[in-house]
Amino acid sequence: MENVLEVKELTTQFKGKVGYLTVVDKVDFTVRKGEVMGIVGESGCGKSVTSLSILQLLDKKGKVSGGEIRFKDIDLLKQGEKELRKIRGKEISMIFQDPMTSLNPVLTIGKQIGEIIVKHEKQKGSNVKSKVVELLQLVGIPRANELFHEYPHRLSGGMKQRVMIAMAIACNPSLLIADEPTTALDVTIQAQILDLLRSLKDDMDMSILLITHDLGVVAEICDRVVVMYAGQVVETTDSRTLLRNPRHPYTTGLIESTPQQSTIGKRLKSIPGQVPTPDEYGMGCRFADRCPKAMEICNHGVPPLLMIDENTSCRCWLYKEEEHGV
Amino acid sequence: MTTSLLQVRDLEKRFRAQKSFFQAKQYVHAVNGVSLELNDKETIGIVGESGCGKSTTGRCLLRLIEPTKGEILFQGRDITKLSKVEMNKLRKEIQMVFQDPMESMNPKLTIREILSEPLIAHKIPKAQHVELIVKTLDLVGLSEKHLFRYPHEFSGGQRQRIGIARAIILRPKIVVLDEPVSALDVSVQSQILNLLQDLQEELGLSYIFISHDLGVVQHIVHRIGVMYLGEMVEIGEKEKIFDKPLHPYTQALISAIPKSDPDEVKERIILTGELPSPSNPPSGCKFHPRCMYATDTCRSAKPEMREVEGRKVACHLYN
Repeated sequence: MENVLEVKELTTQFKGKVGYLTVVDKVDFTVRKGEVMGIVGESGCGKSVTSLSILQLLDKKGKVSGGEIRFKDIDLLKQGEKELRKIRGKEISMIFQDPMTSLNPVLTIGKQIGEIIVKHEKQKGSNVKSKVVELLQLVGIPRANELFHEYPHRLSGGMKQRVMIAMAIACNPSLLIADEPTTALDVTIQAQILDLLRSLKDDMDMSILLITHDLGVVAEICDRVVVMYAGQVVETTDSRTLLRNPRHPYTTGLIESTPQQSTIGKRLKSIPGQVPTPDEYGMGCRFADRCPKAMEICNHGVPPLLMIDENTSCRCWLYKEEEHGV
Repeated sequence: MTTSLLQVRDLEKRFRAQKSFFQAKQYVHAVNGVSLELNDKETIGIVGESGCGKSTTGRCLLRLIEPTKGEILFQGRDITKLSKVEMNKLRKEIQMVFQDPMESMNPKLTIREILSEPLIAHKIPKAQHVELIVKTLDLVGLSEKHLFRYPHEFSGGQRQRIGIARAIILRPKIVVLDEPVSALDVSVQSQILNLLQDLQEELGLSYIFISHDLGVVQHIVHRIGVMYLGEMVEIGEKEKIFDKPLHPYTQALISAIPKSDPDEVKERIILTGELPSPSNPPSGCKFHPRCMYATDTCRSAKPEMREVEGRKVACHLYN
């Protein structure tokens, strides 16, 4: 299948008190046409920074210091600000976790969505309005004509997220980056939004890069998944294999510590300790001190990300090159 | 029948929502006629979506928010009738843990000072303070070396442990946990859930566990109460409710939990619409605009709580 996005050895650093801290360390993954790719990890693992790096939306302290981000045939890291502006919102668009802070409170809904259509598609006047109303209906907002003139604070959380989605799909993007799109929402609303994303993806033939910490969401919607830990990719595979047959001890720990039907009445397994911060990364595997299977070698060298079968790669010393023939 | 540790009858809380001085008085019914019981060493979960009144209910139980109406019987005594001084004394028995431990702790106090505060308030002799604090820290998995640190030096999970330590240091009977693990990552969340279960066993605590996360609730509670727009719609034993939810809202809520098992057959009930505003609730059964079984009766008459199949449910379907 065709790749829409290829991220190779992406490294992002942030300026700290002493020098630069590597927050995203040589991250590799691809997003294929028409699929939902998930990035899973706990807070501080670098999943959001990865997504911001793709569109180069990092703040002044951060910079992408290495790697390649290939979108269709262009390297996004080599584009100037002017070219990037043509891509953001048109070819690649993004939705964020908290819809309230990402909408402008002093502009009406219609105006905010219309802005993108005016900018990218050079439409004017009533054309814009009819397109916006059409979009609002598409994302399931009732009374679209009235809401066109409303301000964001009049809407509930779920509705605001729908507005964000309408804005993101306004120019038929090939890739939608969704950063924790349902985390701030209630379960019943979360189900609605996931359903909406799924149907939009099919109707518009778009790919989605979904960032989440929730394995339930992964099982619901993702085709393939990247698991990140402490700035590195630790496992990449399809979501079914990930949940059924996790390879990396961190993934296993994550799945086992999620309460589910089979854990009722039993003690939950948990991963001892906590995620290290970028200035605490040691020489060896970053998961070593929390890992139940840690060996001598884990403290000395960072394991490479190995392909252990056709569609699974894993960063762990438990899997050796010879055994799997790369 | 033995009397339960805590009995709540028809708890009601109205907030005044008057936009201007000249307007007629308006009220928002945040909690409307909630009844529940809590037995010794039991955990009851209160679930519902944001704005359903679950946190307000929790706070009313400690009278952090004064309930408007209703009875709260703790060991047979109605605590809504107690004076302020008596209530303060009684708070030794009922404690609370909040969602965001950072916001609920004074950032200028060390852990030792934070944990001394409840001891000072309840006039525990100073000589015993250090011993009690160290013992409690040990119970929640922290140690003596943490005594002189400030809250910001801890991670989210550790801070929640301190929040729990503060709640149990007086060895209460009941702890009200208001979304205690919602702000935490999965791997840390399971540590805290295990800790709560251990403490329950060791200290014989009863929990009121308020959460929107049904996966977590299913794991930790014995009984569960589902709230919708300030009202309890279904309450009963966990197994019964999760195996066969009766109220259409409970059914939808349970089916909406994202399952991390890829092979599980999903019968998803997707609710249309959103939670209506509590200041202008629908007539009759408050759930009827979003309910797929709604009939004319539902639009006009409010359903009563009834005992059906071993639990209580408020729905016209089961008359």
